[in-house]
Amino acid sequence: MTMTVHVDIVSAEGEIFSGLAEMVFAPAEMGEVGIAPRHAPFISNLVPGEVRVKVSEGESHPFYVSGGLIEVQPHLVTILADTVIRAADIDESVALEARARAEEALADKTASVDYAKARSELAQAVMQLQTLNRLRRRSR
Amino acid sequence: MAVGKEIRTKIASIKNTQKITRAMEMVAASKMRKTQDRMRATRPYAEKIAKIIKHLAHAHPEYKHPFLVEKKQCKRIGLIVISSDRGLCGGLNSNLFRKTVAQMQQWNSEQIEIDICTIGQKGAGYFRNISANIIGQSEKLGDTPHLADIVGIIKIMLDGYEQGTIDEIHVVHNQFVNTMKQDPQIKQLVPVKAEEIQEELKGSWDYIYEPDAVDVLDALMVRYIESIVLQGLIENNACEQAARMVAMKSASDNAGTLIDELQLVYNKARQAAITQEISEIVAGAAAV
Repeated sequence: MTMTVHVDIVSAEGEIFSGLAEMVFAPAEMGEVGIAPRHAPFISNLVPGEVRVKVSEGESHPFYVSGGLIEVQPHLVTILADTVIRAADIDESVALEARARAEEALADKTASVDYAKARSELAQAVMQLQTLNRLRRRSR
Repeated sequence: MAVGKEIRTKIASIKNTQKITRAMEMVAASKMRKTQDRMRATRPYAEKIAKIIKHLAHAHPEYKHPFLVEKKQCKRIGLIVISSDRGLCGGLNSNLFRKTVAQMQQWNSEQIEIDICTIGQKGAGYFRNISANIIGQSEKLGDTPHLADIVGIIKIMLDGYEQGTIDEIHVVHNQFVNTMKQDPQIKQLVPVKAEEIQEELKGSWDYIYEPDAVDVLDALMVRYIESIVLQGLIENNACEQAARMVAMKSASDNAGTLIDELQLVYNKARQAAITQEISEIVAGAAAV
């Protein structure tokens, strides 16, 4: 039997995932991390990206997070997401629209826009699209 | 027939009131279901973040976050009071205020000063009336409050704490027990109280922090405080709807009893008038 670790993914709106997994991948601030069971205690901020929960060989659940926090205890991984949506649920048109808006805001140097906000919006939209593309390739 | 005109108008007006209270009862009942669902949905997040904080309190980090360190002396307390925006919800708000004021008096007797932030119109009005020191308020949050609405208030409080003007932060809200019962509750937010150490967490250990302890812990702590206050607010909302439903139900019932009583008085008066008329006619006929 392979070793497993309990994984909880929650957002402020509700519980997203709770169960055992062989491995968890998350977009930590310093780069993507892969957490195996009995990992040393670890805590980090998350950046927008994809959290992947590998439940068993060949079966994994992707989730999109737009930021948050990951806490690792040897037998427990907790991911607090600012907003998590099941990756398959991301509405591509919304993501594209958000990207267009953000790019427009960045290009428009004269307007008094909040550049930091626009850049983070852009990063989020790009990540959502990447997750979608990856999902599509996988399902093909 | 001019008998009991006043009684009839009175009955009509009570009937109108009853219609309103019945409508409000039904609105509150449907809103209550929604707010309760929301309360249940947000609970796991609050529980998980509380668990992380508990783990953290038992770690032996190189950097102790100021929110985890108890101050030696408490001179000024920050109080976040969560109340409803609207009235007509029974004793919900007044019970909460009574408990708050009792606690404030106790602090006053210990020479502790109090700064208040209110959420909800009722609280703002009440504490302005008793001329408490209000340093921030937020109101008209509606039935689905969002984090963005309360971030300002929390920032005021946390800034005060970091600058050392406030030594403790407490939050007051109603706790949802069930539809019939809501309990006002005062909770200490900061400094965070660590609970008993669990067996598995004993020993000396620390997290691996990425990128570094200060950044991660700051983000975590602010999130934790926000999640507690938001959870309190959502719970208070559910309490408000439940209390309103119960209050409006009893108001409708009372209106019903009142109408029955008045109807009885009216019928008696009418009967008496008819009897009198008949006896007058009979007496008149006999005289002829």
